[in-house]
Amino acid sequence: MHVRLDDPVDLDAFRRHARQLLAAGVPPDRVEWNAAQAAGDAADLFGAASDAAPPAALASAAQHQPVPAWFVELCGDVILHRDSQRFALLYRLLWRLSHEPALRHDPLDADLMQARQMAKAVHRDIHKMRAFVRFTRVQGDDGLERHVAWFEPEHRIVEANAPFFSRRFAQMRWAILTPERCVEWNGQALAFQGGADRREKPPPDAGEQLWLTYYEHIFNPARLKLAMMRREMPRRYWHNLPEAALIQPLAEAAAARSQSMIEAPPTAPRRIRAPVALHLRPAAGVAPASLGELRAAAHACRDCPIGALATQAVCGEGPLGATHMLVGEQPGDQEDLAGRPFVGPAGQLLDRAMAQLGWARDAVYLANAVKHFKYELRGKRRIHKTAGQREAEACAHWLDSEISLVRPQGLVALGATAARTLLGRPVAVQTERGAWLHERGDGRPVFVTLHPSALLRLPYPEQGEAFGRWLADLALARGTLSAAIAA
Amino acid sequence: MDLQRKLAILADAAKYDASCASSGSQPRDSLGGRGIGSTEGAGICHSFAPDGRCISLLKVLLTNHCQYDCLYCVNRASSNVPRARFRVDEVVQLTLDFYRRNCIEGLFLSSGIVKSPDHTMEQVVEVARTLREDHDFRGYIHLKTIPDASDELIARAGRYADRLSINVEMPTTEGLQALAPEKDESAIRRSMARLRLRIDDTREEARRVVPIRALPGAAPAAAKPPPFAPAGQSTQMIVGADATDDRQILASSATLYGAYKLKRVYYSAFSPIPDAARALPLVAPPLMREHRLYQADWLMRFYGFGHQEIVAEPDGLLRLDVDPKLAWALAHADRFPVDLNHAPREMLLRVPGLGVKAVERLLQARRVRRVRADDLRRLHVPARKVLPFVVADGHRPSRGAPMPSPAPQRPAQASLF
Repeated sequence: MHVRLDDPVDLDAFRRHARQLLAAGVPPDRVEWNAAQAAGDAADLFGAASDAAPPAALASAAQHQPVPAWFVELCGDVILHRDSQRFALLYRLLWRLSHEPALRHDPLDADLMQARQMAKAVHRDIHKMRAFVRFTRVQGDDGLERHVAWFEPEHRIVEANAPFFSRRFAQMRWAILTPERCVEWNGQALAFQGGADRREKPPPDAGEQLWLTYYEHIFNPARLKLAMMRREMPRRYWHNLPEAALIQPLAEAAAARSQSMIEAPPTAPRRIRAPVALHLRPAAGVAPASLGELRAAAHACRDCPIGALATQAVCGEGPLGATHMLVGEQPGDQEDLAGRPFVGPAGQLLDRAMAQLGWARDAVYLANAVKHFKYELRGKRRIHKTAGQREAEACAHWLDSEISLVRPQGLVALGATAARTLLGRPVAVQTERGAWLHERGDGRPVFVTLHPSALLRLPYPEQGEAFGRWLADLALARGTLSAAIAA
Repeated sequence: MDLQRKLAILADAAKYDASCASSGSQPRDSLGGRGIGSTEGAGICHSFAPDGRCISLLKVLLTNHCQYDCLYCVNRASSNVPRARFRVDEVVQLTLDFYRRNCIEGLFLSSGIVKSPDHTMEQVVEVARTLREDHDFRGYIHLKTIPDASDELIARAGRYADRLSINVEMPTTEGLQALAPEKDESAIRRSMARLRLRIDDTREEARRVVPIRALPGAAPAAAKPPPFAPAGQSTQMIVGADATDDRQILASSATLYGAYKLKRVYYSAFSPIPDAARALPLVAPPLMREHRLYQADWLMRFYGFGHQEIVAEPDGLLRLDVDPKLAWALAHADRFPVDLNHAPREMLLRVPGLGVKAVERLLQARRVRRVRADDLRRLHVPARKVLPFVVADGHRPSRGAPMPSPAPQRPAQASLF
């Protein structure tokens, strides 16, 4: 049975025919497909039934055959391919999809692979057209400016690809001429016509030289890689690319140019001057005189290995002379990025607790015992690691400096690392929490309680009760400081 | 100075930046707008130079005058290269003209530092603003960000640009201190962190917006927050200008990916520049090493390799004679052959020659039938490369070593030190 399609890329006509043939149970090896070379070609080689009139016997039998959505999409791509066997392949696949249930789940079937390869070739051609069409400015007889391009696609992709160009160049009048189809956009709508002749390709316009200058100078002669270039920009496109004429001269001169750069004797530097000092680094070993100085010095600190891998040192924030200084363990991922303490999940929990107590966050000074974020990379995520004892000890002097600058009356240690740094001994948080301890040489009392992240790690049912207890601790630390100092 | 000459100088000045991507932004087009331009997800390489690099964006410097003196840079203060400076409108017109010709996807604008970081950043942002606001240009814009620029300028840059980048240039802090005395690595990191937080916040905000039905029957629409660098941020490292080995380079990359969620780290083989500094004797650029680093970077991003397991050689360098995946397989012969019918995804991904897509297809096919050796040919994977490492129906690799491994060649670049 012959089936003839008048338009080589008319998917609807093909679907109509295929559906009818399938319904009538015509196996793929009994159908011979042929199509015009281009829409409008009426050369009928076989004198077979044209698509306007499908055989009556089939029309009545036509019914809806469900096929997977991806197959319809695949048909849409494959039909644009230049291979004359594309209809036969697609009908064979349709037949097999409706007779072999496992086929749709088998990505390695030979027919499917071939169709996918064809679709891939079409996609590549579509992509290359988007890349290698080169518009030339043309002044029309009507005084209007148009941009015209001549292009030779491999497959029948002009109709399918035209909308891309109208989306991209919406406010421009343009036309793309190809041997089989031409398309024009007037700013409102696309219009298609038959093929054009090479001779209609517009001559280069005055502005093209700038593009050629750019092409010539963005090339680095020390990195000649012609094979790589040809793989991405095959020769078959060159005769329509204005810049391609430069490839050979540039390539030929490349070796000499890079050799002369290598051999050139060094010239005297243009001028000698001291480097611009943009980032002042405080001298080592001097106690910082202000929080700003402390911050700059802590940034540059490399006394332990943590600092090298972090974004920045996160020093405390809050008013000088705050009554309470709350000390946490170390900055986490979010704090490391923002450069502020307690802005991540644990910080949000602390904010919630303080809000419930009516305790303003900016009334206290918030700090961490360790100034840099210690983490371990897992894939692309930074997972928090507790600082080692040595690291915490190396970092302790920064917190001491902060205490002497801020001069708080009482210190609240959130968690074991902070407690250890402030008290200079290992502390069991659960047994020593909830009371002011008078152990520091400077006379400041220390109140120990949990770190908010310890609450976040608890299983959900226990969180509510633990939060309540922690809230009570904080309220106590807030309310009993003056009594503790007097004691 | 005429425009041709300026363009020649300022394109020359920009060609050492490897970044070329024009992908990953929000889809948009110029239908219903006042101008031209679109981005549709995937970028397009409009041309290729004989160095094998794609030309996707108009890559120029606004000026190559610079007050910094980074030894590896052709535009450093002490260099004798000819200098030029574009006016804002010149860059705008060049971008639009090349775009109308369909030669580019958009603009990649960088600049030497003149007067001050803020002054320079302001000029760069002004180009992007003019394109976006005065010409309603909807193509791609990539802006090089100056680490020390003010917050407000960075915010504006992100509003107009699809992608922002800050180059770390040297893989290690020591390298940067030695070769680029004015650059401050921690300032660069802080800037990257700043960008990441803004990019994350904007995404988060866009997710939180609840679409509202303004008119009965109309589709619910959401007021989108102003975008901020929708295509994310990237950076570049120069390879071979100092003695850093590949293991350290990959560790630096992994740190940057993890900390700042960079879209890409670009590697640029240090190549001879006209009028080079005395301190950097010049040799041919280590192109193969650069290529291997890109492959290794790929393994980290898409194949589940940790940065610490890629370089096995005692000298800390990737093998130049085989790709890093094959090198890993040869160094871990005990993990092979891999059974195509039973091995988990993460192990299939480690088979030399199997790409992410091929692995997906194999897993799919495995659900409905047994995988045979000839299926590999259909998958268009290099069967000769894959077969020694796998077991499938109708195939077992021959006993003995999968393939002889020649001794790795030392890169020529290392002889400088």
